[in-house]
Amino acid sequence: MGVFTIILPEIFLFLSSTLLLMVGLFYKRVNIINLLTFSILILTAVLVIYQPSSFGFNNSFVNDEFSKTIKVLILIGSASTLLMFSPSRRKINIDIYEFPILISFASLGMMVMVSSNDLLAMFIGLELQSLSLYVLASLNRNSLQSSESGIKYFILGALSSGLLLFGISYIYGFTGNTNFSLISATYDKDSLGLLIGIVFVCSGLAFKVSAVPFHMWTPDVYQGAPTPVTGFFALAPKIAAVAIFLRFLYSSFGETAAEWQQIIIFLSIASMIFAAFAAIAQSNIKRLMAYSSIGHVGYILIGMACFNFEGIQSLIIYLILYLVMNISVFSFILMMKRKDEYCENINDLSGLYKHNPFYAILIALSMFSLAGIPPLAGFFGKFYIFMSAIKSDFYLLAVVGIVASVVSSFYYLRIVKIIYFDEPSEKFDEFNSNSLNLLFFISSGIVILFFIYPSPILNIGNYAAKTFF
Amino acid sequence: MNELPILSILLVLPVIGILLLTFISNNSESDVNLKQTALWVSFLNFIISLVVLFNFNKVDPNFQFVEKYYWLGDTISYHLGVDGISILFVVLTTFLVPICILASYNNIKFSMKEYLIAFLALETFMIGVFISMDLILFYLFFEGGLIPMFLIIGIWGGERRIYSTFKFFLYTLAGSVFMLLAVIFMYWEVGTSSIPVLLQHEFSYDAQIILWLAFFASFVVKIPMWPFHTWLPDAHVEAPTAGSVILAGVLLKLAGYGFIRFSITMFPDASHYFAPMIYALSIIAIIFTSLIALVQEDMKKLIAYSSVAHMGFVTLGIFTFTIQGIEGAIIQMISHGIVSAALFLCVGVVYDRIHTREIERYGGLVNRMPLYSFSFMIFILASLGLPGTSGFVGEFLVLLSIFSVNTYFAVFATTGVVLAATYSLWLYRKIIFGQLIKDDLKDILDLSSREIIIFVPLILLTLLIGIYPIPVLEIIEPSSQLTLEIINGKMN
Repeated sequence: MGVFTIILPEIFLFLSSTLLLMVGLFYKRVNIINLLTFSILILTAVLVIYQPSSFGFNNSFVNDEFSKTIKVLILIGSASTLLMFSPSRRKINIDIYEFPILISFASLGMMVMVSSNDLLAMFIGLELQSLSLYVLASLNRNSLQSSESGIKYFILGALSSGLLLFGISYIYGFTGNTNFSLISATYDKDSLGLLIGIVFVCSGLAFKVSAVPFHMWTPDVYQGAPTPVTGFFALAPKIAAVAIFLRFLYSSFGETAAEWQQIIIFLSIASMIFAAFAAIAQSNIKRLMAYSSIGHVGYILIGMACFNFEGIQSLIIYLILYLVMNISVFSFILMMKRKDEYCENINDLSGLYKHNPFYAILIALSMFSLAGIPPLAGFFGKFYIFMSAIKSDFYLLAVVGIVASVVSSFYYLRIVKIIYFDEPSEKFDEFNSNSLNLLFFISSGIVILFFIYPSPILNIGNYAAKTFF
Repeated sequence: MNELPILSILLVLPVIGILLLTFISNNSESDVNLKQTALWVSFLNFIISLVVLFNFNKVDPNFQFVEKYYWLGDTISYHLGVDGISILFVVLTTFLVPICILASYNNIKFSMKEYLIAFLALETFMIGVFISMDLILFYLFFEGGLIPMFLIIGIWGGERRIYSTFKFFLYTLAGSVFMLLAVIFMYWEVGTSSIPVLLQHEFSYDAQIILWLAFFASFVVKIPMWPFHTWLPDAHVEAPTAGSVILAGVLLKLAGYGFIRFSITMFPDASHYFAPMIYALSIIAIIFTSLIALVQEDMKKLIAYSSVAHMGFVTLGIFTFTIQGIEGAIIQMISHGIVSAALFLCVGVVYDRIHTREIERYGGLVNRMPLYSFSFMIFILASLGLPGTSGFVGEFLVLLSIFSVNTYFAVFATTGVVLAATYSLWLYRKIIFGQLIKDDLKDILDLSSREIIIFVPLILLTLLIGIYPIPVLEIIEPSSQLTLEIINGKMN
């Protein structure tokens, strides 16, 4: 029994989700199922918080401060998605009870992934979440775009899993181990085969975090998938993938940091620059957010490249603020309705300021925050990332990052411009969804007021970073 | 000393004003309420800043009214304080904001509430820049001010407002991000971002060069110096009157303040190394932009270019590393803050009536608007540096200091004064003198009582500083001396 307490939250989530799946079969009240799943996710988060740090299953599963922090973030992201789902489900034709359950299975996969300390455990978790995500992306069966996005995601995802497995086999072949700690203890520094393995695993994981040049799927999938699913993509899986990417590199290859740091630095620079320029021409807000998320991954990877305490701390802070800002933006996107039809073009935002000045200023400040303008939360995310970069003497990375942030501020400003300066178009429908309003106000409140009392989030960063250094 | 956290009150009061404004409904009947609330809040803030000024110990060169609270960890704190260099800028800011609000009473046609909120937010950011004693906090305020200014120009501006506001925002942002990296670098080098500690720290020569350039990138755009000034005329022309006032009156001074506080004091070796470049750029700015000002057809553009020229004197003065130079630069900034603000207000007065800023469209206004002509004359004379006005004191001190450094530079800089006289008097003659022949000018009205209330304090201050500058110099002197001592201490 003792060993199972280590994965108690995962077991709880698994059993209750399975139970709900069966209940749903007979009792098709989507709302109730959604609510139950929501409470299960919250309960799981509570379980995670109160779990002692430990490891087990031959050290292939670890519960440390880092994984606990990430898990809570993932569960918050998933729970927020469920809040986004409930008011929009009828309209987007995804009114089926499997949605919340798929979300909770995906979260389960991510939790396993984040805690895994073994290549195989990592792969199992990764596949569980990926399969759930493929289904989620194509959930709107009547929409061509949604199906397209599901297929695209599936094919490219399968390719990346292939790359990942190929890399795993190399690593196993050249070290004889799949456990991160054992790999780190036994590897041969000059082994070329091992290096090939690292490169392939990195490519596979870069695909999951959607870093350039493995980002091709992101814009199409974001645009095609039903909006709550897009929100989910932006919130949870990215955080999980970043976390496992970090653990894989730090735990198994901590001593050859110089080798993989080059890869991460390249991914980071490429993502920041590419996203900054590619997003300028976008007119669909979901697509724009896809490019924006690619850019943010670039900044997160700076933190990962640093390989020190400040690096992880800044990465965690950035992830938390990224989560908050995305919740704010996506809950607003789901409120953009005209005559009961969803609007996705950014030009539809024009005149928001005439009709709903309060919402306009909040969404505009969220945009400024995404652009990293002080005193909003996004600035502090970038600030800590650059702190760690300069501490690690990555001056070039910091300069490229900061220039890219100026370029990228242009497309965020464009949204502000449309809201405030352009000729007003028609009024949106009333923003009367309670759950979306709740999400929107809480998240944008954090975005705006973060600078007054930043210590809690900074402390979380400290807490999580202690795991590795 | 004083137990009351008075600087925090200065900072928070506009925010309270914003909260009050959000509770007032946004329709045309409550417009008066909105304006009155914002006006009284900003006026109260002005009174509080006067309290700070009168309790300020003029002999003490160090930071006063210091407040320090835990913010981002132990080494980055919420740390406020004023000294002789910054206190006058704080008062200038709180003085100009009520005037701006008063000046916007009739010419903001829509969204009064948002406009006032943006202005009060801007006030907080501007005050914050001058009273921050922590570099990170300074940066936060320095760049945060971009958000309300972006909206003020973009929403309430003229025809090309979107182009101008984007140019303003991106230009300034691109400059200041390098300062952020420099600030972080300094943080890791010294282990704190507290300004008093950093002022005493001696950076290595190579580090100084890089850091100086990073700070320079930010300030050169903001002040602005030739050739990075092109955003300024655009922003001024398109901004609403009050926006131009605050832009010329306070925002340009942020960079001058930054040069004095950070560039020359923290990186004295690099500052000496780059001083010839600054002289060259400043003199080019003075002569070149004065010549450009001569051919302008738009009143606001002319004043905008004259601002660039006047800021050239400021940078010249700062980089002479003499007490006259630094004092002159500060007085020049204060004076320019008052005078250029007043000039933009003068443009605003006729623009409200005739809705054009083209110089050709005016002429002979003295016949109908004697009061206006009188006020305009005072400010034009102050702008060209006539003795007896505030403009003279600053320019004279700066020229004095530059003479002690290099006679040739001084000769070139002095031509700027002549050119300033040329374009200023030309502008005045075109608008005020001559025959009143244009039809729509025949029944133009003189200053209203609201406008008189705006102009009287500005005129008084201009003359007061011009005739008896001793009280102002007394405040500036000890801290400037201390700055020079720090610089000389590091140079040896």
